[in-house]
Amino acid sequence: MISGGSDTSYRKQSVVNRRMFILSAAKLFVFGGIVAKLFSLQINQNKKYLTLSDKNRLREWKLPPIRGDFQDFFGNTIAGNLKVYQLHIIPEQVENFNNLIIRVKDILELDQNTFNKIIKKKNSQKPWETLIVSENLSWDQFVKINFYLHELSGVKPVLSVARSYPYNENYTHLLGYVAQASPNDLLNNEKIKKRHVPGLRVGKTGLERSLENDLIGMNGVQRYEVNAYGKRINQIDHIEGQKGKSIRLTVDTKIQQVCNELLKDRAGSISVMDIFTGDILAMHSTPSFDPNLFLYGISYENWENIVNNPKKPLINRSITGLYPPGSTIKPIVALSALEHNVISPNFKVNCSGKIEMYGQTYNCWKKKGHGVVNLRDALKVSCDTFFYEMSRRLGVDRLNETAKKFGLGNKVFSNIFNEERTGLVPSTEWKKNALGRGWVLGETLITGIGQGYIQTTPLQLCLMTAQLANGGFKINPKIVVNKKDPTFEEIKSTMNKNLEKKILGPDFDDAMLDLEISNSKESITHKPLFRNQENIKFVLEAMFASTNEVRGTSYSSRIEDKKYQFAGKTGTSQVKRITEAQRELDLDISQIPYKDRDHALYVAFGPYRKPRYAMSIFIEHGGSGGSTAAPMAKKLFKVVIDRHDEREKIKEDNKNLKI
Amino acid sequence: MLQETALSGQTTFFQKLRSLDYILLFCILTLGVISSLSMYSTEGGEVLYHTKSHVIRFLVFFSMMLIFSFVNLKFWHTTSYIFYLVVLCLLIWASLYGIKASGSQRWVDLYFINLQPSELMKVAIIMCFAKYYHRTQIHLVNNFKNLIIPMVVLILPILLVISQPDLGTSILIGLSGLVVLWLSGVNAKYFIYSSLILLISLPFVISFLKPYQKLRILTFFNPDRDPLGAGYQIIQSKIAVGSGGLSGKGFLKGTQSYLDFLPEKHTDFIFTLFSEEQGFIGSVLLLLLYAIIIYRTAKIGASARSFFGKLFCYGYASSIFIFVTVNMSMVLGLLPIVGSPLPIMSYGGSSMLATMIGFSIVMSAKIYQKQIIA
Repeated sequence: MISGGSDTSYRKQSVVNRRMFILSAAKLFVFGGIVAKLFSLQINQNKKYLTLSDKNRLREWKLPPIRGDFQDFFGNTIAGNLKVYQLHIIPEQVENFNNLIIRVKDILELDQNTFNKIIKKKNSQKPWETLIVSENLSWDQFVKINFYLHELSGVKPVLSVARSYPYNENYTHLLGYVAQASPNDLLNNEKIKKRHVPGLRVGKTGLERSLENDLIGMNGVQRYEVNAYGKRINQIDHIEGQKGKSIRLTVDTKIQQVCNELLKDRAGSISVMDIFTGDILAMHSTPSFDPNLFLYGISYENWENIVNNPKKPLINRSITGLYPPGSTIKPIVALSALEHNVISPNFKVNCSGKIEMYGQTYNCWKKKGHGVVNLRDALKVSCDTFFYEMSRRLGVDRLNETAKKFGLGNKVFSNIFNEERTGLVPSTEWKKNALGRGWVLGETLITGIGQGYIQTTPLQLCLMTAQLANGGFKINPKIVVNKKDPTFEEIKSTMNKNLEKKILGPDFDDAMLDLEISNSKESITHKPLFRNQENIKFVLEAMFASTNEVRGTSYSSRIEDKKYQFAGKTGTSQVKRITEAQRELDLDISQIPYKDRDHALYVAFGPYRKPRYAMSIFIEHGGSGGSTAAPMAKKLFKVVIDRHDEREKIKEDNKNLKI
Repeated sequence: MLQETALSGQTTFFQKLRSLDYILLFCILTLGVISSLSMYSTEGGEVLYHTKSHVIRFLVFFSMMLIFSFVNLKFWHTTSYIFYLVVLCLLIWASLYGIKASGSQRWVDLYFINLQPSELMKVAIIMCFAKYYHRTQIHLVNNFKNLIIPMVVLILPILLVISQPDLGTSILIGLSGLVVLWLSGVNAKYFIYSSLILLISLPFVISFLKPYQKLRILTFFNPDRDPLGAGYQIIQSKIAVGSGGLSGKGFLKGTQSYLDFLPEKHTDFIFTLFSEEQGFIGSVLLLLLYAIIIYRTAKIGASARSFFGKLFCYGYASSIFIFVTVNMSMVLGLLPIVGSPLPIMSYGGSSMLATMIGFSIVMSAKIYQKQIIA
């Protein structure tokens, strides 16, 4: 029997067919919708999703950039990169980290302390970041690790580079040192932030810090395909990094090393400068330390040694040490008095060992007194009494003007050393603003012998001497060799041109104004700092007398050979006020506590006939300038002058290279 | 001649063999090959567990389907209710003693196979309804009794499946059942009313959903809400499909898949993998393959003489359409993520078994298209 009548059966069939037809139309429509969606995803938005897919699967690993070298003037590398063997672990490639690290510990024979540090480091970084187990494997350790490598999956012995300072403590303060970038470094330097990789070393002080942007170099990039869990599947490409700029300095390692020798066991600073080009030939501060110690994180013991050293090795005395210049300022005081027509060279003072003024006693360093002295003699024997009287007549503000012009109380480098300090040349206005009290005339007297408020850095004294020695022209001290810098000959001719203009000019100030207005850079650089060059010559001659004539304060350190003959000025600056009683005692230096001993200073230039180099020597608590500092100048001048020809040869070679 | 003898049910084996729908068979076979290759691709170009067992299952169930095709349609008609009841019992068994895995209890251990009865229910419900309406006269379809009984028949398994919990499969069972109800002539107004009621009760229904299900719905509306959590699947799936482009990344070169960014790539997201590697062209061709299968199935239904055969084929074609649509819409971000396999393509024995049972009935309806069922 057929279910239902044929009629109902037919109706049933027609209903179901009709409804199926409607449904089929709907299906077509829906499939059309799916195709449309596919089209929109795969054709219209393909780019977007392709990018997203690449973002998923590709991960870049920045490689540490290779830092540029520092070279001395002769091309010797003074800060370079050393090949080191490192041990890295990529945690994501390790099956059982704990087992592995213990195995590594055994192989490398690490002590528990180091081991704990590694574990701590591992826990602080992301799983795909490389864990640096050791930054400096010994060759033995490196060989051993390679021997067991097949059973240590995820462990990578790496040949890497690390900063090295081949001359150890010789350049510490000049170059500074590098250490792991701190959060502050990242915050303050965009470039460091961009190129940072874990473990990146950046400059912390000195030139390493100030020239960071040139030195840092470009990261290499390794691009890997990674899976959803961050595991590297394969390397897609490798972009080589770029080594940072190599920077050539004006310094001469030979001279720098001699400076280090001379200053051995003392706290002090020596700076040597080319009086025309402004090249720093040497700049050293002691006590120094080996910057290589900082490379892998300095050990506690070494750090304690540095920090607790009473002579404070971390300070770069050449540019951040502020000391009263003592008698080394006398050439400037004399010049200022002459330039301002306060006295004539024939002006005489009778020195009786002390002078009473404004109800106070001002002592000359020589208790017995110098007798009647003129200006030349006063400089030669460093007569304080003469300078008290002359300063009184000059006044502190006029002295201030001259001193500043010659480089005291200003930074020597505009922006090379962050830590460089300005120093202080007092004036009446300064005192009113800074201390809120009026200037006392007595203060002028002691300023005139480089005591009191006045504070200078050793390098400022060197610059001052250089600018006197070159005939009184402004120079640009520099430490980085730049091809565009004018040569000695160019500078010399500029100076001569400026001098001619000056002589032709109707008046000192007008001439200066002319020079400023004429706007061509040539004429502004190396401008004359004097009003009458005769005054400069007078002062230089007096300095010559101080070194090379009997009774001169550094007579015992003179060199008679004309090739090396130099002129200088001693300085002995008091650290604290000496009471009348102590004065009477006249203790030997060894009997005074170290902290209370005088600073010994010496500024000099030479060769006297044809000056080319200036230097300043500063020995902290070194006693008298004549007995401690000046003899060093004698030794150093020999070396500096001997190196001159070599230096000129290099310049000649480079000039030829340029052409 | 052939048709005459078919009518009398006295055809020879070879005549039956010749009357198979070879286009349909070819399409299923092609799909089987594609799915096996996709499975091979999910395992990164290696024949591993999934590929092996998928190929074996496909071959076994496909052969089974061919054999069952020769079973007279009458047999299927006779056993429809029993089949439904057996599956229902299995569902109850699963709820009581089923194997728990990843938070739900869907499987029964039949010693030789772990069966997921809810998958079988997708076919059983169509069989059951096909038989029910085969026996119901058209003017009685819309009377009260004939509305209530199918509702109970439909709601019972849905409730059981929801309680497993398996929202996806229960929705698919529900949709398959409803589409058969509609085809069989249930008045359209009931569908409108009930969807209205559903809409009104939706807030209450949502309050009964499991937290992860709610999350999925929220995620559907805004996948970027939690890109590494709930939204991860859909975002990664869209990235995979979108990055495939016109011609795809190439076989075995789907980076989203072999680098494991794609979740559940063996099962629900197999289409994503295919689409990433074969691109727009491949995806449209795959969709076309499904369209042909659906069309051929419906065509067999159109020429079936018995109402049972017709309704089953129509219903089955529609349900395949629903499975395909729901799965693809889901991976393309058109629907919320609910567990729904892509027929034949997705890994899963029960789903493959159910699909093949369905096709063997369809094929039987083709061979016995002139069969009249009392």
